[in-house]
Amino acid sequence: MTVEDEMEIMGQRLHEKIKNIFGRSLSIREVDAGSCNGCEVEVNALSNPIYDMERFGIHIVASPRHADMLLVTGPVTRNMELALLKTYNATPDPKLVAAMGSCACNGGIFGETYASGSGVDRFMPVDVYIPGCPPRPQAIIFGLMVAIDKLEQKIRKLEVKA
Amino acid sequence: MSEEYIEAIRKKFGNLILDETVSNNETYLTIKKDDAVHICDYLYHTLRSALLSMFATDERARDGCFKIHYVFSCKGDAFIIIQIKIEENLPKFTTLTHKIPSANWYEREIQDMFGLVPVGHPDPRRLIHFEDWPAGLYPLRKDFDIRTKPERVKGEYIYRRVEGEGVYEIPVGPVHAGVIEPGHFRFSVAGEPILNLEIRLFYTHKGVEKLFETMSIDKAVFLAERVSGDNSAAHAVAFCQAVEKLAGIDIPPRAKYIRTILLELERIYNHLGDIAGIATDVAYPFGAAHANRSKELMMQLNEKLTGSRLLRGMNAIGGVRRDIGDKKEMISKELDSLQKDFRELMELLVSSPSVADRIETTGRISTEIAKGLHVVGPVGRASGIDSDIRRDHPYAAYPKLEFKVPVSKEGDVNARTNVRADEVYESITLIRQALSRLHEGEIRKDSGKIPDGCALGYTESPRGETFYWVHISNGRIERCKVRDPSFCNWLAIEYAVLDNIVPDFPIINKSLSLSYSGNDM
Ligand code: SF4
Repeated sequence: MTVEDEMEIMGQRLHEKIKNIFGRSLSIREVDAGSCNGCEVEVNALSNPIYDMERFGIHIVASPRHADMLLVTGPVTRNMELALLKTYNATPDPKLVAAMGSCACNGGIFGETYASGSGVDRFMPVDVYIPGCPPRPQAIIFGLMVAIDKLEQKIRKLEVKA
Repeated sequence: MSEEYIEAIRKKFGNLILDETVSNNETYLTIKKDDAVHICDYLYHTLRSALLSMFATDERARDGCFKIHYVFSCKGDAFIIIQIKIEENLPKFTTLTHKIPSANWYEREIQDMFGLVPVGHPDPRRLIHFEDWPAGLYPLRKDFDIRTKPERVKGEYIYRRVEGEGVYEIPVGPVHAGVIEPGHFRFSVAGEPILNLEIRLFYTHKGVEKLFETMSIDKAVFLAERVSGDNSAAHAVAFCQAVEKLAGIDIPPRAKYIRTILLELERIYNHLGDIAGIATDVAYPFGAAHANRSKELMMQLNEKLTGSRLLRGMNAIGGVRRDIGDKKEMISKELDSLQKDFRELMELLVSSPSVADRIETTGRISTEIAKGLHVVGPVGRASGIDSDIRRDHPYAAYPKLEFKVPVSKEGDVNARTNVRADEVYESITLIRQALSRLHEGEIRKDSGKIPDGCALGYTESPRGETFYWVHISNGRIERCKVRDPSFCNWLAIEYAVLDNIVPDFPIINKSLSLSYSGNDM
């Protein structure tokens, strides 16, 4: 199967899910919390004409205030910690947090140092972990699907409470 | 060779040289602390050697002092490293920045990481640590535990101020609108034109150099690949070459060719990405889509060859891990179609007046500024600096291959785009030549136990010269100094944007293709 075929199949499934839950696009704000930039290469690849994720309803937004989800890369460095928390607080509820890449999942090769923070879940609740160094574009799409399932559960819980 | 340089230094400063050692193409001269500025100034201004890197080491346990090393490049593939000793109870040295402007950030880095103060430095603020980092803690000192988590203290970072009627500031970042790395930019503008830009980086500082000291040599190759993720191969090869050089390992010819192919594949996909970025920022999405498609196809080729879209996991001490010789045909087929597509793309780009209008004369960096700041790689070459490590200090299979080093004088976004485009063609030729000479043979030599010693390793990454200085002691990494090209190039952006308008900033930024992670480490 070619990359294009894989993408078509996964993308359509993702599109269905997004349509059901949001009735519009899934808005994502990406935050580099100290990555090596490898993860950014792959997030950017999702916008190239071969993957073209916008057609499946995934939209990268400029402000966290417009975002449904934060896609965080990097181990969370000391110098990015505050900016990351501010971005998290600026994102409206109910929100999703995806930790993308080994660094964001558990610190990866950088781990815990005086300047590096061994993963996003030390600082905020994480909904999905997308492992890989960096994860391939297909893996990111798969991670997003899992995240959306999680959001569905979250919304249901909120409804039950109400 | 370095002989004539050393002779000249000996003649002029003979009595100041305390010690002289030579290993491979590196000559180490130890001199008295107070004389460093004169000798460096002489090397730089009279002998026209470039300052390639500058760093400190903590040798208190062995020699009872810190040392500062100034690495200079000489014609004829040689290096001179000036060393000075600094006593712990007098942790100061005279700044070199007034004589060699590119010493600026190195000295501030040494101040933050070792607590050695460059006396007389024009900008003695912190560079790497933020204002909330407590005073008196220096991570690269040997008595600093890597897992220390210092408390955040109160402090303030003072930005340069530009004042006057109608002047206002625009702060941008660290979290940006696009998918890019974090950094803070502070513009002072009067209307649209930019009067001043101050950059603030090191948001992604992870403690990489300290981490190297905790890793086995084999594992450290993987860390080198992650210093600046999109330049994985260049960093890994530079690190491996430093270790191989100090251990006297001559890797098999086949491995040299494979490394060369990997390095050029890396250059191609990076340059395609940069050209795509420039096309996006000048609002030419068709060109951007075209370039991004080619980039993706190259990354898929990377994956087919190496298992990694970013060419990771291939390099190892002693050679490469995987043979790609059986995929010759696949590679040359991909290169054929890339060449065709790329030619079409560039024809489109250069024939579009709306593109030319945005990139010609935009973000100019003069040769003088580029020289002073030691701007490297395609950005330096687009400003008239004719240097390329592949030719000037050859490594891997480059001495056996023919290639041109494109240089331009204009120094604007247009020149940087064209230099990169020409380099893509050169890379294609280089890979073709390497493929045709890929003779049968082993791909990796057993490295055995690595002896004690230190050496430089270097590559020309897609962004420019990448340096490693590795010191091994008892089979462990005692110190690993990394100098990513972006560390040299970042300051150039403060000059490139002057008198340009704010909306042109993204294009200028993209055309400089700066790595934050490689710079911040
Ligand atoms: S997970 Fe890997 S690619 Fe991603 S930021 Fe970390 S080291 Fe880089």
